[in-house]
Amino acid sequence: MLQPEGRGAADPVSQTDVQEAITRAHREEWARVVASLTRRFGDLDIAEEAAAEAFATAVERWPADGVPPNPGAWLTTTANRKAVDRVRRESKRYDKHKEAQMLDDDDPPEPVGAIEDDRLRLIFTCCHPALAIETRVALTLRMVGGLTVPEIARAFLVQEAAMGRRITRAKVKIKAARIPYRVPSAEDLPARLSGVLAVLFLVFNEGYLATGPDTDPVRNDLTAEAIRLTRLIRALMPQDGEVAGLLALMLLTEARRTARVSASGELVPLDQQDRGAWDAALVAEGHRLVRERLAAGVAPGRYQILAAINAVHTSAADMRDTDWSQVLALYDQLLHLDPSPIIALNRAIALAELDGPEVALAAVDRLEDKLAGYHAYHATRADLLRRLGRSQESRAAYDKAIDLAGNTAETAYLTRRRHQLV
Amino acid sequence: MQYLVLVIDDGAGSATAAEDAAIDAFNDRLQDEGNWVFAGGLASPSAATVIDNRGGGEALFTDGPFVESKEYLAGFWIIEAPDLAAALKLAAEGSRCCNRKVEVRPIL
Repeated sequence: MLQPEGRGAADPVSQTDVQEAITRAHREEWARVVASLTRRFGDLDIAEEAAAEAFATAVERWPADGVPPNPGAWLTTTANRKAVDRVRRESKRYDKHKEAQMLDDDDPPEPVGAIEDDRLRLIFTCCHPALAIETRVALTLRMVGGLTVPEIARAFLVQEAAMGRRITRAKVKIKAARIPYRVPSAEDLPARLSGVLAVLFLVFNEGYLATGPDTDPVRNDLTAEAIRLTRLIRALMPQDGEVAGLLALMLLTEARRTARVSASGELVPLDQQDRGAWDAALVAEGHRLVRERLAAGVAPGRYQILAAINAVHTSAADMRDTDWSQVLALYDQLLHLDPSPIIALNRAIALAELDGPEVALAAVDRLEDKLAGYHAYHATRADLLRRLGRSQESRAAYDKAIDLAGNTAETAYLTRRRHQLV
Repeated sequence: MQYLVLVIDDGAGSATAAEDAAIDAFNDRLQDEGNWVFAGGLASPSAATVIDNRGGGEALFTDGPFVESKEYLAGFWIIEAPDLAAALKLAAEGSRCCNRKVEVRPIL
């Protein structure tokens, strides 16, 4: 598959090709290998370790032996052997019959359907509600995404040892409490799936608006990983509207990535972005998904509505062409589903474009009780007050926003706007 | 697999008649559906005695619970369930019947 037909394993292979094949196999096969081993051995820890050893063996052997014709099958077989070795080492009294069964069972790869189901099982297990949300995120990135513990630790600014402990504790709990390895039943599926999507959205958002004074303002590795995992779920559950909605939302957001931060590392708000710099292919794919959901004629969930709002924004060649009444109607629909003050705040921003800053400010001020600790509340107020010429109040609101903002690019932008006030 | 479902009370005191009736109905269901192992209500923590006889010799008896806190154990179920998902479902019903928080711990 990765090698041209007829190329034997003994032929000299370019090292770049091998490197690429290993990277690609890791991206495409990691979750599959971990998932099928977890089902077979009933143990995430064994599956994870054996998968890691199989990839390490590939790194050792493929440069000399050549890339096997079916890397996925090679990795699964190798990982199975590693896992059997470990089980044997750990239990001298291991049931001989069972062992013989396992050894016999390492050649024909499973039919594709069953394997895909395994990856879904793996995702639902990693995102089980009996695990803390940070743990679900870490476990999903490790087991499904194949990120290493140091990579995950860096992504969330946690010490490596602490992240290692968190993942180990999770594996112990899954085993000891017997968190099931299966896709939830139809009646539980909507709630559980929305839990999985929440994990992926969290990963995406941390990449999109990274927090911390020493972090890059946008963490491409995290947004890319979140998109990759959401694509995987989309491939596994193509009928689900919210999965499509979340993917569309991520793509339409990711499309604006390069236009969102200036060369000097400052956040560029939507109205000042160079729309020509948006990624047209991602915009097109996102729009396609939104249209697909509209055509489905099923009442949309929150991700689909958020995606639709982003589709309206990305359809306007110029900020002034934005169909704000459409945006407002979508926010109203969203508020109906999820009456959260943050959504009300975003609605007020659209309201300012339709009914002017004074009406919007009144709507924003009504949210003070709930949002006084949220930087975007103060940033929005600051901007509305500025537009109303109330400079002194605007300055005070910018100060509060700057105090509370955690993203370096956003702080830079707010600071400049504050200094521009007259 | 067996799970211990601990009933946590934060000062609500004894169960009301309505709570008792709901708990009885829930217990009947656990028995009918094969999830029942054992259950019991506990006297208040003021009736507790902590015993430390780790060194052998003379056992040390201390009046009161091992940890003083606003929340304490008021009772428990031991249930049989195939996995945590099933145990959590039963525990959620238990919590509703007895009108208290519960904690689920797998029994090893």
